[in-house]
Amino acid sequence: MTVTTTSSRSSSRGGVAAPARAAGAGRPRRGPATWLRGGGLHSLVFLLPLLVIFGVFSWFPIVRAVIMSVQETNLVTDPTFVGLDNFRHVLADPLLWKAVKNTLYFAFLALLFGYPVPLVAAVLMREVRRGRGLYSALAYLPVVVPPVVAVLLWKFFYKGGPTGVFNTILGWVGLGPYPWLQDASWAMPSLVLAATWAGAGGTVIIYLAALTSVPAELYDASEVDGAGLWRKIWHVTLPQLRGVLFITLILQVIGTAQVFLEPYLFTGGGPNNATVTVLLLIYRYAFQNSLGGDYGAATALSLMLAAVLAVFSVLYFRLTRSWSTS
Amino acid sequence: MKSTRKPAALVLVGALTTGALAACSGGGDPQDESTNSAGQVTLSVVSLLPGSTEEAVAAFEDQVAEFEKANPDIDVQPEEYEWKATTFAAQLAGGTLPDVFEIPFTDAQGLVENGQLADMDAQFRALPYAEQFNPTILEAGTGEDGHVYAIPAKNAYPVALHYNRQLFESAGLDPDSPPTTWDQVREYAKKIADANPGVAGYATMTQNNTGGWQLTAQTVARGGRTVETDADQKATATLDNPGTKETLQFLHDLRWTDSSMGGNFLLDWGSINQEFAAGQVGMFTSGSDIYTSLVQTNAVDPDTYGLAPIPLSDAPEAATLTGGTLAGVPANVDDGVKDAAIKWIDFFYLNKLVDEDRAVADAETLAKNDQPVGTPVLPMFSKEQYELNQEWIADYVNVPLAQMTAFTDAMFDLPLAGEPSQKTQEVYALLDPVVQAVLTDEGADIDALLADANTQAQALLDQG
Repeated sequence: MTVTTTSSRSSSRGGVAAPARAAGAGRPRRGPATWLRGGGLHSLVFLLPLLVIFGVFSWFPIVRAVIMSVQETNLVTDPTFVGLDNFRHVLADPLLWKAVKNTLYFAFLALLFGYPVPLVAAVLMREVRRGRGLYSALAYLPVVVPPVVAVLLWKFFYKGGPTGVFNTILGWVGLGPYPWLQDASWAMPSLVLAATWAGAGGTVIIYLAALTSVPAELYDASEVDGAGLWRKIWHVTLPQLRGVLFITLILQVIGTAQVFLEPYLFTGGGPNNATVTVLLLIYRYAFQNSLGGDYGAATALSLMLAAVLAVFSVLYFRLTRSWSTS
Repeated sequence: MKSTRKPAALVLVGALTTGALAACSGGGDPQDESTNSAGQVTLSVVSLLPGSTEEAVAAFEDQVAEFEKANPDIDVQPEEYEWKATTFAAQLAGGTLPDVFEIPFTDAQGLVENGQLADMDAQFRALPYAEQFNPTILEAGTGEDGHVYAIPAKNAYPVALHYNRQLFESAGLDPDSPPTTWDQVREYAKKIADANPGVAGYATMTQNNTGGWQLTAQTVARGGRTVETDADQKATATLDNPGTKETLQFLHDLRWTDSSMGGNFLLDWGSINQEFAAGQVGMFTSGSDIYTSLVQTNAVDPDTYGLAPIPLSDAPEAATLTGGTLAGVPANVDDGVKDAAIKWIDFFYLNKLVDEDRAVADAETLAKNDQPVGTPVLPMFSKEQYELNQEWIADYVNVPLAQMTAFTDAMFDLPLAGEPSQKTQEVYALLDPVVQAVLTDEGADIDALLADANTQAQALLDQG
C-alpha cells in the first residue's frame, strides 16, 4: 500500500518537473504543500533528535570555541574581545614548539613501533591454523581494559629503581635498572610502548578482517610459483592490504596528534616538559591556573590543531569514499 | 484500516526530543534549587578526600547527622573533594563546586577580585568569636573592601619535615632525634637509602604546582624569597636567589652524588603521601597537618610516623613557610544558602576550637571511629586558646604526639613567612619543571633554568 502511494507521488513529481526542465528553469521548484505531502515533515521530525544531539553536543561547543578564541574569558566574569591576541600569545609561547616537537616525536615513535606491530600480529595470526579466535581475543583484550586502569598498571610496571616490575625482570638477566618515566629521553618511548600495547588490538582486528578478503587463489598461485611465507606476504598480502594500511596510517596520525591520556596520566608532561603534547598544553592553558584558566588561549590552540587535523580528515574521507565505491 | 504506526512513531520521536532538550537544559532558578521538597535548604559541602577509609566516612556521617539534628531546616549533601589546581579550575568554570568548598590561602584574594566568592561578611561577623581570630590568618580571606569572603576554617600550618621512624631505625638512626640542619638531612637520607635499597631516603614533590611550592618552602628555610613585593605592591621575581640555587644544588647532590632519592621523581601531594605511607620515603617536607590525611586516605602505620620542624639555615631571613585552608561559598548562591553555610562552617570547622562542649563532642565522634584527634596545626585564634582546646580534648587525643615533640616543642617559636601573594600558583607551576630537570638530568644547568623561569615569572607578575 505504502509502496504504491510513494510510487504514484514520484510519478506525479516527475510529471511536474519535466516541463520545467524543458523550459530551462533548472531544478524543479517545490512548494511547501508538495514538501509536506512528500513526507518532508516526517523526515524533519525523525531528523530532529539527531539535530538536537549534534547541535548541543558538537556544533554548539565548536561555535563557542571559535568565539572564545577571540575573547579573554575565565567563564565566570564577562568576556572581553581581544581579536587575534590569543593566537599571537599561543604562537609566542616557547612551550608550544616543544609541545609540537614532542607530539611529532610521539607520532614518529608510534609509527615506527606501533604501526607494524598489529600488521605483523595479524599476518601471523592468519597463518595460525588452530585457535585463531583465542589469539584474536588475547590481542583485543588490552582494548577492553579501561585506559586509566591500564595506565595505572603500567605505571606500576614502570616504577623506577631496582624494585620496579620491569627493572626486576630485566635485572634477572643483568640489565637495568632503567629510568622509564623518570628521564627526559626515556619517558616518551615508554609512553609509546604502553600506548601501543593498549591500542594495537583494535588495529589487529581490522587487519584480520581485511586479510579475509584477500583471494585464496592468489596465495595458491604464488605457492605454485614457489613463493615462501615472506614472499607471499610481500607480494600478495601487503599489496592487497594497501588501502586499509593507508587508512589506518592516517587514522594513526590523527590519533597520535591528539595524544593526551598517556602523558597526562603517566608523567603530567614531565620530566621537565619532555612529554608535554599539544593537547596537554591546551589542557594546561585551560586548567592549570586554579583562579580560572586562559580559555581563550586553549581554544585558539584547539582551533589551530583542528585546522591541521582537518587536512588529514579530508584525506581520510576521500580515501574511504573511493575505497568503498571501487 | 489506517495504520497508527506513523503517528505513534512521530509522538515517540517528539517525546524523545523533548526529553533530550529537557535533560540538556539548565537547572533553572538557583533560588528553587537551594530548597528541597521538604522545604529544607540543601547545602552541598566538602566531605573527605576521595578514597578515604570506611571509618573516616562513618565519622563524617555521624557529624552530618548531628548537624542535621541541630538544624532540621538544612539538608547536608557531602561531596568528596581534593583541592587540585586543575580540577578546581574546571569545577569553578563549570559551576559544580559544593556550596561550601575549601581553598588554599594563596587563592582567596584572586577569587575575591574575580567576583567568584560570596560576600560572607554579615554571616561571619555574627559568629560570637569573630573578633578573636588571628588577624594575619583572617586577612587571607578578606577583600580590599574589608569584607570577609573566605573564612579561615580547616587549618593553618607551617611546612614541616615528616619522617619514617622505622626507616630511621633500620639505618641506625635515632628516631627521637630528627635532623635539624640540611646537612643532617642529606647525611640521614644517604644512610636510609643505603640501608634500604629502592627506598628514597629523602623525596620532594615535583608535580601539579607542588614542586614549586616545596622549592619555595625550602628556599624560605634557607633565607631566600622567590618573589619580593615593595610597598606599592609591585612584585619582582627573584627565583634566581641564593636560597633557591642552594636548594636545587642540595637536591642535585642527593640525587646524583648520593643516589638517596629513590627512583620516582614525578610526585605530587597525594602520591608522595602514598609513597611515604607505604614506607618508600624516609623524609619529605609538606604541611604539618598531613598526618590526618595519611591516616584517612593512606592508612599509615602510626608507629612509623615522625614530625619535626623544617630545618632552618643560619641566614637572617630563614623562616618556615606557612599555608592554610579557607572555606568559601560560590558568589551566585542566595542568602538562605549563605546562612546555612555559615552554620556548617561554624559546626564543622570552628566552634570546636572555642567551645568546650563542641570540642569534646567532635573529638568523641572522631575517636569513636578511629580518626585522628590532635594533629598539630597553627592556632586559628591565640596560642592560649589553642592550648585550652588541647586540654579539652586531651582524653581523646590519639595521634602519636610523643613522636611529634620535635615539632610541637618548637612550633610556637618558629619564625614564620607567608606564601608569595601574587600569581602564586602560576609561579609554582613554572618551578615544577625546574625541580624535575634537576632530579632527572645530571647535567642540568641550575643557573640557566632559574634565569629562564625568572623571566617567565616576571612576565606573569607584570600582567598584574
